[in-house]
Parts: sequence; structure tokens; C-alpha cells
Amino acid sequence: MTDASLDTMTPEAGFGDYFALLKPRVMSLVVFTALVGLVVAPVSLHPFVGFVAVLCIAVGAGASGALNMWWDADIDAHMKRTRNRPIPAGRVAPGEALALGVALSGFSVVMLWLATNALAAALLAFTIFYYAVIYSMWLKRWTPQNIVIGGAAGSFPPMVGWAAATGAVSVESILMFAVIFMWTPPHFWSLALFVKSDYGDAKVPMLTETHGRRITRNHVLGYGVALAPVTLLLALSPVGGPVALAVALAVTLWFTAACWRVWSRDELAAIADNYAVEKRAFRISLSYLFLVFGALLAEKALAVWGLGGWGGGWAFGIGG
Amino acid sequence: MAIRVTHELHQRRRSRNVGLLIVLLGFVAIVFGLTVVKVTRLGDASAFEGYDHVVQPGLAEVAEDAGDGDAADGASQ
Repeated sequence: MTDASLDTMTPEAGFGDYFALLKPRVMSLVVFTALVGLVVAPVSLHPFVGFVAVLCIAVGAGASGALNMWWDADIDAHMKRTRNRPIPAGRVAPGEALALGVALSGFSVVMLWLATNALAAALLAFTIFYYAVIYSMWLKRWTPQNIVIGGAAGSFPPMVGWAAATGAVSVESILMFAVIFMWTPPHFWSLALFVKSDYGDAKVPMLTETHGRRITRNHVLGYGVALAPVTLLLALSPVGGPVALAVALAVTLWFTAACWRVWSRDELAAIADNYAVEKRAFRISLSYLFLVFGALLAEKALAVWGLGGWGGGWAFGIGG
Repeated sequence: MAIRVTHELHQRRRSRNVGLLIVLLGFVAIVFGLTVVKVTRLGDASAFEGYDHVVQPGLAEVAEDAGDGDAADGASQ
């Protein structure tokens, strides 16, 4: 290639374009929940090994994001929110995204295995497979329940973090998984309510398009209510404590009220205020997860001074 | 077009090369750091707590409290 051809070529990708393939915003949630799973575990890892474990989980999540962008490039090109992503914008070739996703998947799983244990690595490998194959390639274009079942992929990171520290899966890590799993539907369906045209244009069977907005509002409230007992149970588990329980109660009331408001009004009212209530429910859902998991970190920090927790067992005495 | 003028493409290529350099150096640092951490903690049984098929000292302490010290002995071997 000569420099004389520079102006006529397809743009070359910069480093930032490859980084964007890893969905850094999604990665921040993965890093946070994985870190909480790792830190609140009853077994402490060496800080450097813990850092490497969280980094591997983040890179694994990023790799599945790259594979998702490779597979969904046609959908992304139709949606306003995603059409400027590196592949539909023409800055990265689809094959490059595939290669990056596969390579980083392999690196992250093997490195997590070497740094911690085989169970954590296997869980990470399954998470990548679940997101890239089960969610992206299968569920997303097939069923309006894609968000519910596919949400499991985003729920695994705290379980992987816990497994990295303990080498096991336990009730606490399953509860952390369950909180994110139940949280995902109202979170995404709130989003879908105010970005309706995008999913329709891309022919993604989002619940708003297939079953209508009234049903979607019902689902937001249903899952919002179903999330409450799971969050409270996590706060009552050995990784919870009085602070976690207080926070869980407060955010549960806050989020359930937001879901109630989404449910209790019709489309005309939503259009009148430009979906302010739905946008608010979406924002509260983001705070919800950070506060619930942040409270678990606070309990762990308080335990250093002999405070917090339920005395090493459940709040109601099982295993305590 | 003057050949020596820095085109925006050169900047993108440079950012890719510098980024890759940082990633590779980071990878080397991680492997080195992991090696140091693991080699310097070979005598510490708790360092292997998260590993498969290894007795977990944290759990062994519970067994000890119950009057069974065998698990703790196994962990230290």
C-alpha cells in the first residue's frame, strides 16, 4: 500500500475502536459485580490474584461483547443507538471482531484457570458461550423472552468471582446470580419502552413490539415485585447484614414504586411527558444494583472491625 | 497529497500500535506478578484455598472446632 492511496481507502481502526468492541460500559457492571462476589466470599485471595481474576472476568465479558457485535452487526446498523459501533460504521471488519472475541475468550479463560481454579474458568467459559451463542445467536432474534433468559449471562460474574475465591458454588453466589437475573427484565424493558422504534426497525422481537406496551408494563411490575424477595433473601444470607438489609428494603421500595408508576399509566400519558417515568425507572434500576451490591461490600468492610453481618450465618439462624 | 504529511490514518495506526504495546507489556507484568505471588506463597496453605481438590483451611478450622483435626493436618501437607 502506498500513502497515495490513503484518501480512497476504508478507514483503519484505531485502538479505541477495538476497545469499543468490548462494550466498556457493560464491562463496568461486570467488573463491579464480579469484584463484589470475590470480595464478600469467606475466603480471601491475594490482592494481586484477585485483581487478575477480576481482569480476566472483565476481558471475558468484553470478548463476548465483541462476538455479540460481530453477530449482530446487521441489527446494529438499523438502530440509532448502535449504528455508530465500529462494525456497522465500517471502522472494523467483522472478521477482525470475531478474531478478537475468540482470542480474548481463550486468553481470559486460560488465565483465570492459571490464576485461580478450573471451576471459575469453566463458569467464565460458560458465561461467554451463553452470551455469544445462546443469547446473541439464538434467543435474541427468536423470542421476546430473550431478555429474561439471556439475562443469565450478565448474572454470572459475581458467581465467577465467588468461585475464583472459594473454588465452589454456594447459596450466596446463587442468590447474587438470582438478584441480577430478576433485575434484568424490568431494567431492559423500561429501556425498551422509551426506545421503542429502534428495536422494531431492527426486527428484534422485543416484548414491546410482539405483545404490546401494556403487556410490557405488566411485566416490568411483575419482575420488579418478584425481584424484592430475592434481594431481601440475599441481605439475610451470610454475606448480608443489618446494613445490607436496610439498603435492600429501601431500594426495593424505591424500585418497586418506580415499576408501579410505569405499570399504572397508559401510553398517552407516557408520550405526554416524553417517557419521563420510564426513563426514571431505568435510572433507578441502575442505582438499585450498585446499591444492593455496594451494601454487601459495606458489610464486608464493617466485618473488619467486628461489625456487620449476621454473625457468620443466616439472619434467621440457619448455619449460624 | 504530500507523502510526508501525517495523515489521520497514521494517527489511528499509531494508536493501535501503542495500545498493543501497552496490552502486551501489561500481559507480561501480569504473568510475572502471578508467578511471584504464587512462588512466594508456596508454604502458605491458605494461598491454595480456592483451588480444586485441596482441603480448605477455612473449612478445616470448623472441623477442628468440632474435634476433628485431620483436615487441618491434610491442608498443611
